Amino acid sequence: MQLSIGPHHPATHGVLRVILELEGEIIAKAQPETGFLHTGIEKNAEHLTWQQANVVIDRMDYLNPLGNNCGYCLTVEKALGITDRIPARATVARVILMELQRIASHLVYISTGGLDLGAITPFFWGFDIREQILDIFEETTGQRMNPSYIRIGGLAQDLPANFKEMVHKFLKETPGRMQDMRNLILGNPIFIDRTRGVGKLPQERALALGLTGHNLRVTGCDYDVRKYYPYCGYEKYDFKVPVYHNGDLNDRIALRFDEVDESLKIVKQALDNLPDGRHVIDDRKLVLPPKEEVKESMEALIHHFKLVQYGFDVPAGETYHAVESPRGELGFYIVSEGGNKPARVRVRPPAFYATYALSEMLPGHFVADMAGIIAGIDPVFGEVDR
Amino acid sequence: MADLALNPIERANAARENVNTVVIPQLTEAFANKLEQIPPTNDQIPQVWATPDSLRAVALWLKDRGFAMLVDVAGVDYYPKRDPRFEVVYMFRDLKTLGMIRVRVRCTEKQAVPTLSDIWTMADPAEREIFDQFGITFKNHPNLTRMLNPDDWEGHPLRRDYPLRGPRALINLEMPADENRYHGFVDEESKDGK
Repeated sequence: MQLSIGPHHPATHGVLRVILELEGEIIAKAQPETGFLHTGIEKNAEHLTWQQANVVIDRMDYLNPLGNNCGYCLTVEKALGITDRIPARATVARVILMELQRIASHLVYISTGGLDLGAITPFFWGFDIREQILDIFEETTGQRMNPSYIRIGGLAQDLPANFKEMVHKFLKETPGRMQDMRNLILGNPIFIDRTRGVGKLPQERALALGLTGHNLRVTGCDYDVRKYYPYCGYEKYDFKVPVYHNGDLNDRIALRFDEVDESLKIVKQALDNLPDGRHVIDDRKLVLPPKEEVKESMEALIHHFKLVQYGFDVPAGETYHAVESPRGELGFYIVSEGGNKPARVRVRPPAFYATYALSEMLPGHFVADMAGIIAGIDPVFGEVDR
Repeated sequence: MADLALNPIERANAARENVNTVVIPQLTEAFANKLEQIPPTNDQIPQVWATPDSLRAVALWLKDRGFAMLVDVAGVDYYPKRDPRFEVVYMFRDLKTLGMIRVRVRCTEKQAVPTLSDIWTMADPAEREIFDQFGITFKNHPNLTRMLNPDDWEGHPLRRDYPLRGPRALINLEMPADENRYHGFVDEESKDGK
C-alpha cells in the first residue's frame, strides 16, 4: 500500500512529505519530498548588500538564527581578511550566544521529540528552560527570534549591563533541571523500548549520506567542526565531544543531553573570560560610526551615508567556512565578484542531507516509529528548503 | 578519527601543506591535460579545475587517497562574466588529516556533468537541487526531477538572468484596455496649477 504522509502532518516537524510503501505495518520504501517551505533565501541574498543579506540568512534555520548569522559573518570576514581584527569581546560574546542558542535548539529537539513518542511533561519543562534563554536574547538583542545581532565586524550593539548576571542565573538553575529532564526521558522504560535499535545507520552509510553533527556522532565518529576546524577561539575552551556507538534514536537523544552539559561548560568559561573593550571592529569602512559623532563630524557623516547607501565591497573570490550548528556542519560557500552584493551564497544545510537520509533509515520499521525517526534527525524545514 | 592533540592551527597548516605539495602534484600528474591548479583564495583551500569527463575519475582517485567525505556540491552561475557560465563545485575532505580540496567543473547548459550519486549517496539530493535551481543536467542521475520548486515551474531561479520576482516581472503591465477601470492611487496635480 502506498501512504503519503504530510506535508501538514504534525509528526513531520514542519512541512515534509514522505511517500511510504507499506507492507502491512512495516515500511518497505520511503521517499522524502521537500520544497514546501522554499522561500528563495539564496536568491534574495544575491540582491541584498553583504550586510543586509545577514537578515535573510537569519530566517533560514529558525531554531538557530544566531549560529546562522555567525557562520555567514565569519565567512564574509574571511573573504575580507579581517578575521584577526575582530575584537575579543565580540568573539567571546558570539561564543556565549551561539552556545545558548544551541541549548535552546536542543531543548526544542528533546521536548518535541519526546512529545512525538508520547511524553508530554518534558515538553513543558523544556520550553520553560528555553523561555529563559529567549528572555536573555530579548534583553541582549531586542528580539526573541531572528535577531541579526551578530554583524560583519562584530556585534550590532554592546552587551547590556546585566548580561553577566542573567547568564549566571541561568547557569545556576539549568543543570539541575536538565538532570530532572534526563531522568524523566532516558530513564523511562517505555521510552527506552520505543527508541532502542530504531533508525540505525552504520558509520560508512552515515558518511556517504552526508550526515554530520549528532547524526554522525552517534555512529562513533567524533567529527565536530568546533574541534576539527576551530573558529571563534573554540580551541581555548575545555569541552568534550560526546560520542555514542549504536547509531539509534536513543543514542541521538542521549547525545543531545550530553551536548547541553558541554555547552553549559563552554558558556561558563566564556562568561568568566568575557573581556571589556569594543564590541565591533574599529573600521569606518565596514561599520557605522557612533550616532553622536555623525551629528558633528563631516567625515563620519560621509561614512554613514556611504555604508547605508552602498555598503562595502568584498574582494573577488570564493570562500568556504563552516560552523557547527545544532544540526551539524553548516557551511557557507560565498562567491564575490568584487561588488557590494554577493554573487552567490550557497548554504550547506546539514538538515537537508539528513532529511534525504530518511529513505535509508525508515525501511524496516513500523509506521508508528516514523514519527520518532523524523524527530530524531532534527530537521528544520526553513533550512532544508531555504 | 583525527589527532586532536595537535594545535588546530598547526594541524590545519600541515594538512594544507600536504595537499598542496603532495596530493595536487600527484593528481595533476595522474590527470595531465585535464586538471589545472587554481591559486587559493582567502580561505586557503587548495582548488583545481577539472573537465566534466574527468570528474568521476578524479573523485574516485581522491576517495582512494583518503578524501572520503564529500562535504558539499554547489552550483554557481557566473553569467555574464564567463563563457561556460556555470560551475559545479565539489568539496572533499580527508577526515584523518583534515585536508580539504575543492574541485571545480565548468559546464554549459547543454553539457551534462557526470553524477557522483552512485559513489556518495548525498550527491543525489544535492545534484537534484542544482538541476532545479540552475538547469545543469547530470548524466546517469537516477531521479533528476525538481525538488524545491513545483514540477511545472518555469525557468531556473538561481540563474543570474532570472529576475528576482520571477518571469512574470518581465511582462510589462500596461494600462488595462478599458480605461474606465483604471484609477490612480494619487490624484495628479492639475497642469495649470489650480
